[in-house]
Amino acid sequence: MNVLDFAHSFFGDPAHWHGYDGIPTRLVEHITYSLEALLLAAVIALPVGLVTGHYGRGGNALALIATAGRALPSFGLLVLMFIWLGFGLVPVMIPLVVLAVPPILVTTYEAMRSVDPSPVDAARGMGMSEARVLFQVEVPVALPLILSGLRTAAIQIISTATIAAYVSLGGLGRYIIDGLYQRDYEKVVGGATLVAALALATLALFWAASRLAVSRGVRGSA
Amino acid sequence: MFGVLIRIDAVTKRYPDGTVAVDRLSLDIPDRAITVLVGPSGCGKTTTLRMINRMVEPTEGSILLDGADIRQQPVNSLRRSMGYVIQNAGLFQHRTILDNIATVPRLLGWSKPKARGRAAELMERVGLDTSLAKRYPYQLSGGQQQRVGVARALAADPPVLLMDEPFSAVDPVVRKGLQDELLRIQDELGKTIVFVTHDIDEAIKLGTMVAVLRTGGRLAQFAPPAELLSEPADTFVEDFLGADRGIRRLSFFPSDELPLQTGPLVRLDADAAQRTARSDAPYLLVTDADGRPLGWAEPDRPLDRERLLDHGRPFRPGADSLRTALDGAVLSPTGWAVAVDGDGRAVGVVSQQVIGEAIRAAHGRAGAGVKAAR
Repeated sequence: MNVLDFAHSFFGDPAHWHGYDGIPTRLVEHITYSLEALLLAAVIALPVGLVTGHYGRGGNALALIATAGRALPSFGLLVLMFIWLGFGLVPVMIPLVVLAVPPILVTTYEAMRSVDPSPVDAARGMGMSEARVLFQVEVPVALPLILSGLRTAAIQIISTATIAAYVSLGGLGRYIIDGLYQRDYEKVVGGATLVAALALATLALFWAASRLAVSRGVRGSA
Repeated sequence: MFGVLIRIDAVTKRYPDGTVAVDRLSLDIPDRAITVLVGPSGCGKTTTLRMINRMVEPTEGSILLDGADIRQQPVNSLRRSMGYVIQNAGLFQHRTILDNIATVPRLLGWSKPKARGRAAELMERVGLDTSLAKRYPYQLSGGQQQRVGVARALAADPPVLLMDEPFSAVDPVVRKGLQDELLRIQDELGKTIVFVTHDIDEAIKLGTMVAVLRTGGRLAQFAPPAELLSEPADTFVEDFLGADRGIRRLSFFPSDELPLQTGPLVRLDADAAQRTARSDAPYLLVTDADGRPLGWAEPDRPLDRERLLDHGRPFRPGADSLRTALDGAVLSPTGWAVAVDGDGRAVGVVSQQVIGEAIRAAHGRAGAGVKAAR
């Protein structure tokens, strides 16, 4: 049997489409974990990235934090948190957020730094407040890069959220981990396919969001 | 002639590292006129401009706007009362041309339709086609972008316009167009304009008053451009003005008093008798049936349209200066300049010698005028 046969028999089995271990339930769980982690990471990283980028200070500190964050192995962190905090969502969220913060933080900072300084100077000279300069002049121009940072973070979260299954939580990781344990390769392939499909869907979603949110004037100038 | 709107009073800008950008500078910037700050790089001209809208705070001294210290009002309301134009325009690339121009009215709380209506008015005023309203900055040429920058600065009808090297990033032809446009707009609106440039020709062309600054932020001379050219305060100003300041000064002398000779004008279809009647001039200026100049011919030869000598660039008495007239005479192989009316029809010719006499007479009058004014 090859991979396609595994996938075919996994998705063809009606038993996989309902119940607490059905595809819809696992998918919703996976999306929920991912969204929560992305939201938390964005709430932490976006304001810091925007403000440091706006004032042009703290770039070195950010680079250090980002490198440290990337160096931490997610799986190791999960096990550590699990031992320390026990069962629950928190030990899963911590490694996912730690994973997602660096790309958002660094890209947002870089996006703000790459904004042409002359419109910013003109905006101040015309009497715009700093908040207006930030949100009405810099962010609209930096938006494509900021979104690309969020997209990288989202994809990494979705592929890493499978580890939630290691600590007895749900999500698409259940199929992979249970499948490996039970030597049920249909399940492993099915779970992996679903994770990959979800990642691709996320890419498409970000592409659509950037078409909607980024001004035609900014897309044209790039 | 003018009241004083902005008084820069013994202003010094010293940076924490000890560099002095502006050194005890005092300037009275006249109302409803263009004051140009000019000088080499590092002379503090941009710093001086940016102190007027408090983008830079002076270390010492004060700046008065209409008699009141500019520090007395909130910084953003001060800036909204002054138009600000910078090099490369600094347009917001995510906003349409119309919304770029509407920026300050929107900051002042105007409704969107009212601000956009005003913006459309200004597009016409600065010579932009209103079909560009929905475009984005990247779709415009550098010259058009700079016009948008000027329109944006004028949108809320501020009494003061601050312009920081606004035309230095465009090519010379576009720059000349923008300069002419600025002079035309200034004729209509009568703003108090402070204009920074490193280009002395631009300063002389645009300035009602020109302040020449030297490196280290000190004032070298503050005078109307004609006086700057005739009486530079020291060798620094003289060097900065360049070698041909005598020629450039002629731009300030009108050409309408030049005695024009109409004798040498002949139509291409004139017969030999008509030509010999005018043979006291060394050359004849041949025109077409409408009176437009075609070229020079020698009086004792038959007229041949193919063998005329080039007549150089004609000047318009009154509209053009003695500099243009002299230039026409120098460019013409005969040494005579051709005067034309607004429709390009020849109204007379004048020789280099006569222009030379007019220049000497004008110098005499200007010299007496400058001395009397002191």
